[in-house]
Amino acid sequence: MTTVTTDPSAKQYRPENGRLLDVEELHVEFHTQEGVARALNGVNIYLDQGETLAILGESGSGKSVTAQTVMGILDIPPAKITGGAIRYCGQDLLQMGEEQRREIRGPEISMIFQDALSALNPVFPVGWQIAEMFRVHRGLNKSDALDQAVHLMERVQIPGARDRVKAYPHQFSGGMRQRIMIAMAIALDPAVLIADEPTTALDVTVQAQIMGLLKELQEERQMGLILITHDLGVVADVADRISVMYAGRIVEKAAVHDIYANPAHPYTEGLLASIPRLDRKGQELYAIGGLPPNLTRMPPGCPFHPRCGRARDICSSDDPDLLEVVPGRLSACHFSEEVLNG
Amino acid sequence: MTETSRHVTDGEDVAPTDDSQRAMVDETLRAEGDIGEARSLTQDAWRQLRRSPLFWVSAAMITVFVLMAVAPSLFTSLDPAKGDLSRSRETPNAAAWFGRDLQGYDIFARCIYGARASILVGVFATLGTSVVGSVTGMLAGYFGGLADTLISRIGDIFFAIPLLLGAIVFLSSFRGDDPGYFQVVFQVVLVLVVFGWPSIMRLMRSSVLQIKPNDYVSAARALGASPVRILRSHVFPNAVAPVIVVSTINLGVYIAVEATLSFLGIGLIPPTISWGVMVSDGLPLLRASPHVLLFPAVFLSLAVLAFIMFGDAVRDAFDPKSR
Amino acid sequence: MAEVVLEARDIVKHYPIKTGVLRRTTGWVKAVDGVSFDLHKGETLGIVGESGCGKSTLGRMLMRLEEPTSGSLQFDGVDMYAQSTSDMRRLRRDIQIVFQDPYTSLNPRKTVGDIVGEPFDIHPDVVPKQGRRQRVQELLDLVGLNPEHINRYPHQFSGGQRQRIGIARGIALNPKVLICDEPVSALDVSVQAQVVNLMEKLQDELGLAYVFIAHDLSVVRHISDRVGVMYLGKLAELGEEDEVYTRPTHPYTQALLSAVPVPDPVLRGKREQIVLEGDVPSPANPPTGCRFHTRCWKAQDRCTTEEPGLTMRGDGVAEHLSACHFAEARAVVETTDMSDHSG
Repeated sequence: MTTVTTDPSAKQYRPENGRLLDVEELHVEFHTQEGVARALNGVNIYLDQGETLAILGESGSGKSVTAQTVMGILDIPPAKITGGAIRYCGQDLLQMGEEQRREIRGPEISMIFQDALSALNPVFPVGWQIAEMFRVHRGLNKSDALDQAVHLMERVQIPGARDRVKAYPHQFSGGMRQRIMIAMAIALDPAVLIADEPTTALDVTVQAQIMGLLKELQEERQMGLILITHDLGVVADVADRISVMYAGRIVEKAAVHDIYANPAHPYTEGLLASIPRLDRKGQELYAIGGLPPNLTRMPPGCPFHPRCGRARDICSSDDPDLLEVVPGRLSACHFSEEVLNG
Repeated sequence: MTETSRHVTDGEDVAPTDDSQRAMVDETLRAEGDIGEARSLTQDAWRQLRRSPLFWVSAAMITVFVLMAVAPSLFTSLDPAKGDLSRSRETPNAAAWFGRDLQGYDIFARCIYGARASILVGVFATLGTSVVGSVTGMLAGYFGGLADTLISRIGDIFFAIPLLLGAIVFLSSFRGDDPGYFQVVFQVVLVLVVFGWPSIMRLMRSSVLQIKPNDYVSAARALGASPVRILRSHVFPNAVAPVIVVSTINLGVYIAVEATLSFLGIGLIPPTISWGVMVSDGLPLLRASPHVLLFPAVFLSLAVLAFIMFGDAVRDAFDPKSR
Repeated sequence: MAEVVLEARDIVKHYPIKTGVLRRTTGWVKAVDGVSFDLHKGETLGIVGESGCGKSTLGRMLMRLEEPTSGSLQFDGVDMYAQSTSDMRRLRRDIQIVFQDPYTSLNPRKTVGDIVGEPFDIHPDVVPKQGRRQRVQELLDLVGLNPEHINRYPHQFSGGQRQRIGIARGIALNPKVLICDEPVSALDVSVQAQVVNLMEKLQDELGLAYVFIAHDLSVVRHISDRVGVMYLGKLAELGEEDEVYTRPTHPYTQALLSAVPVPDPVLRGKREQIVLEGDVPSPANPPTGCRFHTRCWKAQDRCTTEEPGLTMRGDGVAEHLSACHFAEARAVVETTDMSDHSG
């Protein structure tokens, strides 16, 4: 089987010491009728070659906005990037022109979405859509591009790929469509793959297949993977490091084993205790009270304090910074040591 | 954790550290839980509408036209039926602002009095098509099966006949010798309703088909609600918005159609005063005395425009996404 | 065991596939194809399965929101499928439903008071007219909402709060059985726990029996006393929660359980994972014999021809209902019992 041919000189971006991506102090606002929603408030993440970073959060936490900002597909307006930098191999994407960013999107950083059906164009055959990537970015002719598309479809384990290149998206099952989207995303051999809730719409047996495939492809190509999800189970299975987001900021960052064994932020602690586990019987569910804050009217102090069982006076007045609790672990809580020690 | 876990099971019940904290916590939670006072979707739409200049401009124009229709004497003291043949085709002047037509009638007064026929036809044709179309559309969409097949096919038959052709045939066959004003208006309205309801029916039907699978309809069925109750309180209020929008726009269209029929001599006929009749009268004089045609045509266009603009504003308010 | 309140026997729902100009029926989608179970008073029966297995259709059939193709459904000894519309209306007080999507299950043009009070409008003899507003406020309080919000509209609430409104409507008539069709799957993790806890609290206080339909096996394990696993319109396995989760005998259940990720990175790579090949076949054209044989690693000739019944199977010691010719208990989930640790 031939793999996708890549001209090595075409890669003008080379990671330094394996560091692919550095997002620094990212601020994003949305201008809505209700006022200014501060969707991201100083988000810092980094990603190395071959590692998996999970960004964990509930709806409205800013996890998808982070992904869209890095990818450069945020709708501006209503969104507005008000500060920060996104360095890809040392170069700030936010300072680049649209032309230059287009050259990054696809060959360098690519993305898969939750809803494969709406991410694929319904009026073109899937093979044609994959081949398009090669024609536009690699300048291959029609039949070569289609050949490459077939190889990719085989790579993502679509049965009978050669016969199905001419099929349309609706003729595939949800899992197969997600495989096609993965094929498109990895077509140009990107260094960074962002997966935004890639298995949320899928059944559990299919989810296992897709996550397995993603892991395999990542190892094969040494991609950096950013997994955006709300599913603590999936994260535990694949992530190396986790950033937990709440109300547009990162509240905790650590290696995956540390967080599950011993969370250092009350929100993470609450989340872990609130999910029923398949391997537990007679488990009592802890429910975090209340609701996430409205981003247009953030409470003063720590954004989590109205729902926090550990909140004290300082929490309603001072917003805690994301600080190191013990080496390698960061938490944005005034009492993070207390949380960490149970 | 077991101790706190029981404590924090409920939405509102957050464990605070002291009483002052609790007051503050409650405050925040309430502010986040739901915002402000009760706001219905209709109220939201009205709020949106109030911000639209399109709405205010069109509403003002419609108000003026409706006033003309109801009380034309407010706008002019002249008698539209008093002709002065000696001053035939007089151009606009201080006494006759818009000039006079072939019969020496005052064009300004006739333009004002002509509003009544147009507004009457527009309003009643719209009401008629909306009621007939909504009811049949709801029945077809909600019950489906035979009712749907019957209503849809009958609708198709009327839909397939061009409105003008149908109107010409209908009006020329059933017109009496000397119909009165309201009889003529009624006939025109009837024609517009007969040939106009299928489009509203189709709209309502597809709207109902979208509403019907919603779980709140199933929930009402699960509670044992009767079909009448479900249609009245769950399906109709949610399905009617597009019908309101299209009907408003149609009102303008019907005014134009009425003028067209009158122009062709099969709608309203003299001595009834109507913009369409006036345009028809003015046509032969177009070269020599263009003002005879110009003024009623402007009134007609403004009225049609006003209703179409109004419909647009209403649509934007009901469905902000469509813009 | 408590008395049976709901007894489903071989219930079937086939939808016609109509094609062509004449809308001739050319086939049938076998959405639910012979499901039988008992629901006891005050218990929770979980129904799990992947999308397209017919679990939601089953839920609607239990409410008679879908007319059955065949089968019988006894509620307290009365056959629901044989009732006239007016008799059925009376029965509906005792069996109610909570829907999945909190955004489409509430009429956007009604206030919360109208929505939760509608059951009393339809069954006016339950609560006298002057007491209704108070009863609605009591219900809102019971499900953890502020009773003062009775005049608010659904779009002013979050997903979790809307689901609470749906639950309040469901329990308004004091039913004996509540069908819950994926009631928490549209909610965020932290809110999901609130609603699950609320449902458990209501069950304790009101003595409700739940049929809890969901695709999330962890949630179902948490809330259910007994669990049924559905595949292509049929029950593959049915038993006590403990039996199904710790000693599953049907290969499909085993594969399903092994695929569920457990939120514990320590277990990464240590759990045995059974990967199923291919996709679920179409319910319009289900495989002959055992419906799972096309994807089953144990399948033999017999499975393609002879359909296995849902009967007591297992190792002879602790048996439960399973529809596999080669049923054999196999532990795929290492379970920790937490019930002793909790307060």
